Amino acid sequence: MTATLFLIQTLNGLQFGLILFLIAAGLTLVFGVMDFINLAHGVQYMVGAYLVAAFSAWTGNFAWALLLALPTALAFGLLLEVLVFRHLYDRDHLDQVLATFGVIVFLNQAVKFVWGAAPLNVPVPEILSGSVEIADGLLYPVYRIAIIVAGLAVAALLYVLVSHTRVGMLVRAGATNPQMVSALGVNIRRLFMVVFGFGAMLAGFAGAMVAPILSVEPGMGDNILILAFVVIVIGGIGSIRGAFLAAILIGLVDTVGRSFAPNLLRFFLDPATASQTGRAIAPMLIYIFMAAILFFRPSGLFPAKR
Amino acid sequence: MTDLAQTRLAPFTARSPRIEPVPLVLFLVFAAAPFLAPLSGAEGYVLSLLTRVMILGLAAMSLDLILGYGALVSFGHAAFLGMGGYAVGILASNGMEDALVQIPVALAASALFAAVTGAISLRTKGVYFIMITLAFGQMLFFLATSLAAYGGDDGMTLSSRSLVAGATFLKDDRAFYGFTFACLFGTYLLSRAIVASRFGRVLRGARENPVRMEAIGFQPFRYQLLAYVISGMMAGLAGFLLANQAEFISPSFMTWQRSGELIFMVVLGGLGSLHGAILGAAAFLLLEEFLPEILHAAGAMLSSDLQYRLVENWKMVFGPLLILIVLFARGGIMGLLGRGRPDRQEG
Repeated sequence: MTATLFLIQTLNGLQFGLILFLIAAGLTLVFGVMDFINLAHGVQYMVGAYLVAAFSAWTGNFAWALLLALPTALAFGLLLEVLVFRHLYDRDHLDQVLATFGVIVFLNQAVKFVWGAAPLNVPVPEILSGSVEIADGLLYPVYRIAIIVAGLAVAALLYVLVSHTRVGMLVRAGATNPQMVSALGVNIRRLFMVVFGFGAMLAGFAGAMVAPILSVEPGMGDNILILAFVVIVIGGIGSIRGAFLAAILIGLVDTVGRSFAPNLLRFFLDPATASQTGRAIAPMLIYIFMAAILFFRPSGLFPAKR
Repeated sequence: MTDLAQTRLAPFTARSPRIEPVPLVLFLVFAAAPFLAPLSGAEGYVLSLLTRVMILGLAAMSLDLILGYGALVSFGHAAFLGMGGYAVGILASNGMEDALVQIPVALAASALFAAVTGAISLRTKGVYFIMITLAFGQMLFFLATSLAAYGGDDGMTLSSRSLVAGATFLKDDRAFYGFTFACLFGTYLLSRAIVASRFGRVLRGARENPVRMEAIGFQPFRYQLLAYVISGMMAGLAGFLLANQAEFISPSFMTWQRSGELIFMVVLGGLGSLHGAILGAAAFLLLEEFLPEILHAAGAMLSSDLQYRLVENWKMVFGPLLILIVLFARGGIMGLLGRGRPDRQEG
């Protein structure tokens, strides 16, 4: 029984990790290439979820909703870039943190204004509803498997884009030394815009994918944003590879830790104390994990800048 | 050597004896408020609002000590508010309701937390420091949500305010106001002394150029860590006051949004002037309090339905206002008053 539970939790952790990766990928690029701390990245995830909720209510079809939501999320990201973020690139980190904090305050209220404070539900698309038996007597929802597949596909696509295309080369060069890239005649501002829009779209895609399994509500991006920051800091700022590994690690540690910390502690403590301490420690695990990694590697696992 | 010898003198002689007008006016206003409050016709409301301003002003000032003078952007400062608050809540529910026990425990707990997390965080620089302090803040937040015996997610209501040596005088709102004022004024003077002392100069030196400080024989790490501990203890004191004022304590004391608000207060007031942080806290809280009313008045010619929606969604005005302040009001309120520091620090 514990083995099946472990398998299910591992799959859940993998799925959560991949969602985290979709958010963290854009964040780490924006951070690495532009040296820009974007706290508003989490609300872009929220906006993606709301867009898919709105479009699927309108079209009645999840696939169409997703197809419409992605370009809208991209356009919205670019709009934010032009209106606010562009003016912050040459400011210090403190100003960036504060101004993007203002964007969060605004957008969390704006979605309440447009869609109301009550959580929205998005139905799971019909083809992907139901469960499959992935092992003896072990049912797992198809939609969650679809998320895992989509996440892996996007990760592979990103790998090809970043490692084997010209734009990807510029992005990598930009993460290492933006001044030099600019001096070599690349329009760095336009590169910033491309990276930014792409990152916003990835975050929106993550939000759209989880909309059917989570409730879509104001402020849903706030906590996942912090997790995404944990991911990129552990992975090393600017590194997609680091973000991928760290996202999977964090997803697994968090999900598996939550269900197994009490069980593990039972070896050392009496059951009542174990379950209480376990519940207390589980949500702290990833932060302890992050502190430990930063203690030994102060610039993360795979720092892009040296 | 003469310079070093000189700075060993009592801290206050190190700076000019000139009395600055801004903090003087600020503290005079706080001191006079309880006597003027009855004139407003809503004494309880005015006092409780100003008490809150002073408490968060104290927290913001403690952050300014490391942010403004040490360029240490701590994004987890609200954790110390929670430490102080939970010291009150946990001790009170175990029968120790006296502030003479609670305050030392709150300070000691904050100091310990600051020493441990600071020692780890200060190994990192820049963005990584922001993120690791954020992580420690989140850690404490989740710890508080899991304290089922002390209310968990929902927090807990305190049965009453703390006693002082068995006396119940803090129950009176005016007395509590006075107590808060004394705490704020005392920590302000202490912070001024710290900033003006040799210690404060080393801290600022480490902000400007840590390598040079090391070259002339200082270890910036030790000074920064001590400043972090002092700052954490002051914020812990603010947490003690905040829990007592609200007679309530919950994990919402230490959300990362609250830490962000504290940074905002400091920047709004102007970095590195101490009283600027208090002004920033006042401006932030008053704006938050009165923006709905201002919008209500501004929307007077709109239909009542639109006016209502405008007031209800005041945060849609508040958010852009924050952005505009960051973009255009550099140097904060102290900068506008012409007494801000001329140079801005890298965050």
